[in-house]
Amino acid sequence: MKTLLPAALLAVLSPVAAAAQEMSFDDKVNEAFASSTGWFVSLIFAPLPGTSFPWIVMWLVIGASVFTLYFGLIQLRAFGHAISLVKGDYSDPNDAGEVSHFQALATALSGTVGLGNIAGVAVAVGIGGPGATFWMIFAGLLGMASKFTECTLGVKYRNEYDDGTVSGGPMYYMTKGFKERGLPGGSVLAVLFAIFCILGALGGGNMFQANQAHAQISGIVGDYPGWITGAVFAVIVFLVIVGGIKSIANVTEKVVPFMGVMYVVVALIILLVNYDKIGWAFGQIWAGAFTGLGVAGGFVGALIQGFKRAAFSNEAGVGSAAIAHSAVRTKEPITEGVVSLLEPFIDTVVICTMTALVITISGVLVINPETGLYVLNEAGTSIQTADGSSGVQLTSAAFATGFSWFPYVLAIAVILFAFSTMISWSYYGLKAWTFLVGEGFVKELIFKLIFCLFIVVGAAAQLGAVIDFSDAMIFAMAVVNITALYMLMPIVKREMNSYFARLKSGEIVKHKH
Amino acid sequence: MTKTTYVVGLDGSAAGGRALAFAKERASAAGDCNIVLCYVIEWSPFSFQTAEENEKRHKRREEEISTAHDRVIDPAVAETKAAGFEVEGVVKHGDVSEILDALAKARGAAQIIVGRVGARGLKERVFGGVTGRLVASASVPVTIIP
Repeated sequence: MKTLLPAALLAVLSPVAAAAQEMSFDDKVNEAFASSTGWFVSLIFAPLPGTSFPWIVMWLVIGASVFTLYFGLIQLRAFGHAISLVKGDYSDPNDAGEVSHFQALATALSGTVGLGNIAGVAVAVGIGGPGATFWMIFAGLLGMASKFTECTLGVKYRNEYDDGTVSGGPMYYMTKGFKERGLPGGSVLAVLFAIFCILGALGGGNMFQANQAHAQISGIVGDYPGWITGAVFAVIVFLVIVGGIKSIANVTEKVVPFMGVMYVVVALIILLVNYDKIGWAFGQIWAGAFTGLGVAGGFVGALIQGFKRAAFSNEAGVGSAAIAHSAVRTKEPITEGVVSLLEPFIDTVVICTMTALVITISGVLVINPETGLYVLNEAGTSIQTADGSSGVQLTSAAFATGFSWFPYVLAIAVILFAFSTMISWSYYGLKAWTFLVGEGFVKELIFKLIFCLFIVVGAAAQLGAVIDFSDAMIFAMAVVNITALYMLMPIVKREMNSYFARLKSGEIVKHKH
Repeated sequence: MTKTTYVVGLDGSAAGGRALAFAKERASAAGDCNIVLCYVIEWSPFSFQTAEENEKRHKRREEEISTAHDRVIDPAVAETKAAGFEVEGVVKHGDVSEILDALAKARGAAQIIVGRVGARGLKERVFGGVTGRLVASASVPVTIIP
């Protein structure tokens, strides 16, 4: 098996494998991967004519801004109500036993809180400097409106089958919503979205997770081939999604929120210990956001990195959360939209900011003592770090300045985060897959097996090719999804106005528990 | 004159059966009585579930309610009715002590009767058992049948 597995993978994935005899297995997979996906990555991240600004980033910013204005700063207006809904203040006790708002939010968060918050932030700060954090927070706040829109639609147009199961997501609101409004092209968008969602599930929801989990483990135990980590992950994921061994998933679903809370607590302790540097760090974030002095790409670099990482981390506008949120049991779709806007806030504004602050104050980013500016690496592509690390290892090094044992805890957290994200995305990908090819045991099994195979590929490939491909797929989903959201946002507005009017009039009341 | 109502918590165990027997005895002594049998499926809106579990939650809920009726509540209701009592069967999801108390309040019950469940495991040691929490928080008298 040891030799068969790589050989089979190469035969499928590597047209250039024969020419690379002396290369390691990881290098071969990486090269094959980069050469076969590079064109798509280039298309998605193509700059606007005459600038270095990727059009896709502009697309997300404009989308989130339009929703923010169109729904009258819903993220601020409905924030308190969102917390009440999550607490269950408006849940009818007679409905108890269904999926609660809390559960839908927690499920969606287990898919988003993960490596984007740890490795992604390190990549953003490493390239764009602390200023990237400002744009990440800004993008997170704007993204709350995107998530509100898509999750409301996800619940409103979900499929409820005769046996009581539910399925929802952009595929369904694209087909049903467009039909309701008499708009053409809904089915085309749904099919496109489903294709990108499947590839996004294999990229960001799978390979990126496996890749960073391997980076973290090898950072502690020493270098070893990535496919070994991938194979172990693949077997465990296989047991859960194919073997139906839910006990493993159940354990992670409980442990991941605990890890999330612990991560924030440790970050807060480090910040408290270094309280004298917090003001300086915020100064760096503020100054870097608008000047970008001494970082790769300057101001635009900070902005792009901030927005890219925020989108990759909280997935606002991508449409994935609409799948997770659509299972909630509520008579009012708008309530789930309101609850879902907490997601980018928790994911990006709280957790990502914690990571960025710890990296900034830890001193792992090298600063020239004479100029006070960050020192770029030899290639000029990112900021030089104290130990040459990047990605999750940079975060690990930053946290280790506060607690020497933290890399070990972080390694466990990363593995669990990666695992829960993979389980979530296997579900999103499966929903898109069954939307395209239909439901059935064999059809579902094929997707699940492909998903497990890609875990091995992801762990074996190098960071660059994987991270670019992950971004490209997730952003491709956003292109289709936001197009649909523009078309359907009047429906959300109608729902929103009706709901808040009834809330104000007292028709919708709190329930005593 | 309003009827006296007893709420009886059933869980399919022998202790639950003894609680029902006690309730019938009390009802016979009191005369015009109404017995409400309640089975609570332990469930928290703050538990963590996978997307797949959420998708199938409604279906599972229906199955859980149906199973509880078939195995515990319906036979108990039939037996109690056959013995000549006015009886009603209820199945709910949630926290056992909260649900039983809420039901007692809603029906204006004179008391709640439950079987004793021995404390076991770390969870019960830390958070207390169901009967313990019920006694501590109930708004009507509680009788615990050993």
